[in-house]
Amino acid sequence: MKHLLSTERIDPDTATAILDTADRLKQALLGREVRKLPTLRGRTVITMFYENSTRTRVSFEIAGKWMSADVINVSSSGSSVSKGESLRDTALTLQSAGADCIIVRHPASGAAHRLAGWLQHTNTSVVNAGDGMHEHPTQALLDAATLRDRLGSLNGRRIAIVGDVLHSRVARSNVHLLHALGADVTLVAPPTLLPTGVQNWPVTVSHELDAELSSLDAVMLLRVQAERMHGGFFPSAREYSIAYGLNENRLRLLPEHAVVLHPGPMLRGMEIASVVADSPQAAITEQVRNGVHVRMAVLYHLLAHEEETA
Amino acid sequence: MAHQIIEKTALDAPSAPDVVLMGIPSRGAPLARRLAEKIAEFSGTTPRTGTLDVTLYRDDLRRGPTRPLETTKLPDGGIDDKLIILVDDVLFSGRTIRAALDALRDHGRPQAVQLAVLVDRGHRELPIRADYVGKNLPTAKSEDVIVYLDEMDDRDGVLIR
Repeated sequence: MKHLLSTERIDPDTATAILDTADRLKQALLGREVRKLPTLRGRTVITMFYENSTRTRVSFEIAGKWMSADVINVSSSGSSVSKGESLRDTALTLQSAGADCIIVRHPASGAAHRLAGWLQHTNTSVVNAGDGMHEHPTQALLDAATLRDRLGSLNGRRIAIVGDVLHSRVARSNVHLLHALGADVTLVAPPTLLPTGVQNWPVTVSHELDAELSSLDAVMLLRVQAERMHGGFFPSAREYSIAYGLNENRLRLLPEHAVVLHPGPMLRGMEIASVVADSPQAAITEQVRNGVHVRMAVLYHLLAHEEETA
Repeated sequence: MAHQIIEKTALDAPSAPDVVLMGIPSRGAPLARRLAEKIAEFSGTTPRTGTLDVTLYRDDLRRGPTRPLETTKLPDGGIDDKLIILVDDVLFSGRTIRAALDALRDHGRPQAVQLAVLVDRGHRELPIRADYVGKNLPTAKSEDVIVYLDEMDDRDGVLIR
């Protein structure tokens, strides 16, 4: 694997291999004195974040450091980006400075693909850590890892993705990955928050959350992304919360084994009630923990093999 | 080999060391379990077993395609102050054992580490030797030594090719 840019058309075997590696890494690090592996010694990983992030940036940094890579963080403020340097020039600069892997988050959909194109003839790998409203593949992988921990196999499992699908890169990446792993995905959202072309996705679409709950193995809530909304997508926050928020009453409609996921950051009281977020069915802290192991696995699959000449 | 281990470690004596057989996947793991059974049969003391995957410590990761990781399972209570016996199928260059020693160091501080191998085929590239050897097998460097185990291959055998 040279880059990880999207989960669309991901080979199920590759996805399973990454998830298995993440499992084994978790196991290898369990209860040890020294949480450091020498695997990526001497490799340089640069994170390049043009958007705010807590868990993604931190977990990539921890993932790299636990495998002994040198991790350098570049953000748009405090770098030459704020002087007007383009994405391309910044990426080529980082590549020339010796980056083996560039992890990029950018507000524009497709930014990671462009970047991978510019670095095509180099040995530098690119990981998409979220590009606009397009994809966030490592989030989908960590969600799949969490679901595998709780449910075993994903094959034939019914999983609903609820809320602001239109603006969500997490939803897109999850739809493709969960479908590749054999799960049966339903999108639940008001018509205004579904993208055009959703009929071509490998999903079923519903506008009624209550009707779906009793048959689900997992429900994934999405944050309502106010920063990407310019206009009225729903009448009011209160109305949205009543129609699509996972509250205590709805939690009771879910089967006992069903898992509640949220990619974070959560808006408690909006898409998820506080009691639900703290309930034992919620796997939100496990998601973050798995995030580190999954990102270690991704770095392992990208960097720990002989060089591929693309 | 089981008798040798019982004799050398004196693990059935009153002041016996706490012996753990750590198999190196893939084929070292079932070998460690088999040795533990034999030791239990001959001495009445059952040593603990575990598995130690060394892939993340290898020095040749960048010389081939991505290697899948194997299971690591330490015994309850960890490896601190234990007598660890590493178990593997074939001892060749010694690089796997070098990686295993590094991995062990990150998991704790054993009292001592020993090595048991089913086949020693020579051609060491590092100053490493085994404490217990099932069979010394003179080979040419170009040959392959393949170990089959009933648990994974539905038969037992050692093949030189």
